[in-house]
Amino acid sequence: MAELQTQNVKKQKPGLFKQNQLAIIVLVLLILFPFIMSLITGQPANEGKPKFWEGQFINFFIMAVYAMSYDLLMGYTGILSFGHAAFFGAGAYTMALWLTHFAPLISSQYKITLPGGMDITTTLLFIVALLLVLIVSILMGLFFSGASVRVKGVYFAMITLAIGEAFHILSKATDFVKWTGADEGLHGVPVPLWINPTQHRLRFYFMALFFMVVMYLFLKRVTESPTGRVFVAIRENENRVRMIGFNPATYRSLAFVTSAIAAGLSGAMFSLWNMSATPSMTSAVTTINALIMTILGGVGTLIGPILGAGLMQIFSQFFYQWFGARWPLVFGLIFIALVVFLPYGIVGTYRLRKQGMKAGWTRFTKQFSAKK
Amino acid sequence: MNSDREIILEAKNLRKEFGGLVAVEDVSVQIQARTLHSIIGPNGAGKTTLFNLLSGVLKPTRGFVYFKGQDITHLPPHRIAHLGIGRSFQITNIFPNLTVLENIRLASQALGGDNFRLLKASSDFQKYVDKALQVIEWVGLKGREADLARNLAHGEKRKLELGIMLAADPQVLLLDEPTAGMSSEQVPALLEIIHSIMNLGDKTIILVEHRMDMVMSISDRITVMHLGGLLAEGTPQEIASNQTVQTAYLGDLYGDLTESMEGKNG
Repeated sequence: MAELQTQNVKKQKPGLFKQNQLAIIVLVLLILFPFIMSLITGQPANEGKPKFWEGQFINFFIMAVYAMSYDLLMGYTGILSFGHAAFFGAGAYTMALWLTHFAPLISSQYKITLPGGMDITTTLLFIVALLLVLIVSILMGLFFSGASVRVKGVYFAMITLAIGEAFHILSKATDFVKWTGADEGLHGVPVPLWINPTQHRLRFYFMALFFMVVMYLFLKRVTESPTGRVFVAIRENENRVRMIGFNPATYRSLAFVTSAIAAGLSGAMFSLWNMSATPSMTSAVTTINALIMTILGGVGTLIGPILGAGLMQIFSQFFYQWFGARWPLVFGLIFIALVVFLPYGIVGTYRLRKQGMKAGWTRFTKQFSAKK
Repeated sequence: MNSDREIILEAKNLRKEFGGLVAVEDVSVQIQARTLHSIIGPNGAGKTTLFNLLSGVLKPTRGFVYFKGQDITHLPPHRIAHLGIGRSFQITNIFPNLTVLENIRLASQALGGDNFRLLKASSDFQKYVDKALQVIEWVGLKGREADLARNLAHGEKRKLELGIMLAADPQVLLLDEPTAGMSSEQVPALLEIIHSIMNLGDKTIILVEHRMDMVMSISDRITVMHLGGLLAEGTPQEIASNQTVQTAYLGDLYGDLTESMEGKNG
């Protein structure tokens, strides 16, 4: 027993760098990426080709968070939800509505300045926007989990599909055309100047990268927390979870709220990035994108959805260039092939292989030492 | 002597209907604290249904369940677990894709009050790991901590099943056929675990079991169920010599049991 404990301790403390070598190298590369692009192309990091590629990456960072939020539900807690776009869209619309309608109204009447004379009204209003997104996301999460009290599995998935569609219809309802722009959506959202994605592309790039890294660390922490372990246990065997003294409904709600927060924030970021909020963000296609990204990368891993989002970004970019509007058709074929050949996704299959190799080695060395 | 008579769990006039079928009919049982109380009966007698009623998995159509005098009839299962009633299952009910350690660690975490520490790593709570390792050693799964539960052999899964229940440190343990599907060679190890639980001195075990030799040798009291109702209750000796029980359940197969029990206890 003592032996195992020391092993446990050792496992945890092999140095932050050594443990996450690959992740840190990738992170450094991502930080340097705009400058490397600038060096290669000879154009400034905020213009031309570097700007275009930064845009690609910004999109990827935001979608990666969205995919991770979905995986927390599907991969970790085992909840199949087809209404995830509602979380994403709620975040996007909250941000866009606030910045379009409410923030200008308030800033035209009140000015908040620092003692030095600096005007911080827009910054404060932006923080309020983030808080609002948080609150709306929490409410959305609770709303969805409320539906899961009595209905399970596929039936629950159907209900979430219905709720998701309801929000989609709401987002393009002509009744609120003055507010939401109905089918058109909200465009030209007055994003605070200092993070305007067209003028300050480089800044936005780092903001999005920071957002993804923070959300990854947050979600990783959650999944490794005592609460996160219960999420996984619910996926494995909900009845037993109940019998050993956890109330599954509470943990499902928590999973939903956490997932909704991550999805809502990514939606808000997406609306800042596009300076718009449109009904397509709440549509079933957006939900399916989350599903595809998660399955591509590997269900039940957080790195998987990030990879999946990256792949999706690459596919959508190049395939559109090569195949035009018919690119989803080609992508669909590739997706089928990937599911057939890598049923656990890229990361999941890799981990299984690694585990198999490791087990094989242990068997091999054991036999060796036994003979001796 | 008085404390020996303390009733820890009581079922009062329990009745459970599934549609038209009456699975448990007017069952009243009193379980004394710190005893091993077995419930036996032929297949379909309603033993598991009674267990489900006691542990809150099912709600009775009529009747009550009291734990230390408190009415727990309508509490949800997770609340009942918090009161100190543990349950193991006839059909192995584990977390297949988690390691043995994690299976048991979860159970020890369940009642610990750190379940909502969302931003702390679960590895920071060493006490649950320690408790789990202790239980793993207790049930004889040492060396298999890191294996996935689904890769265990059947007998080991049964031990894990017990371990998950033990990790929560319950006062009353409902064991639903702990030896189900085990070979005879594996039974002594399990018996030893049950003995060690009783030796702790503060545990009450309610056991459903089909192995009559085992039931007769370890029980303090036995309740016999038949067709959903109670047939008899008493000490192993009384049950073995009970003519009604013999015809209803034990049959000819255990016809010589009376003699052997008498010889042992007399």
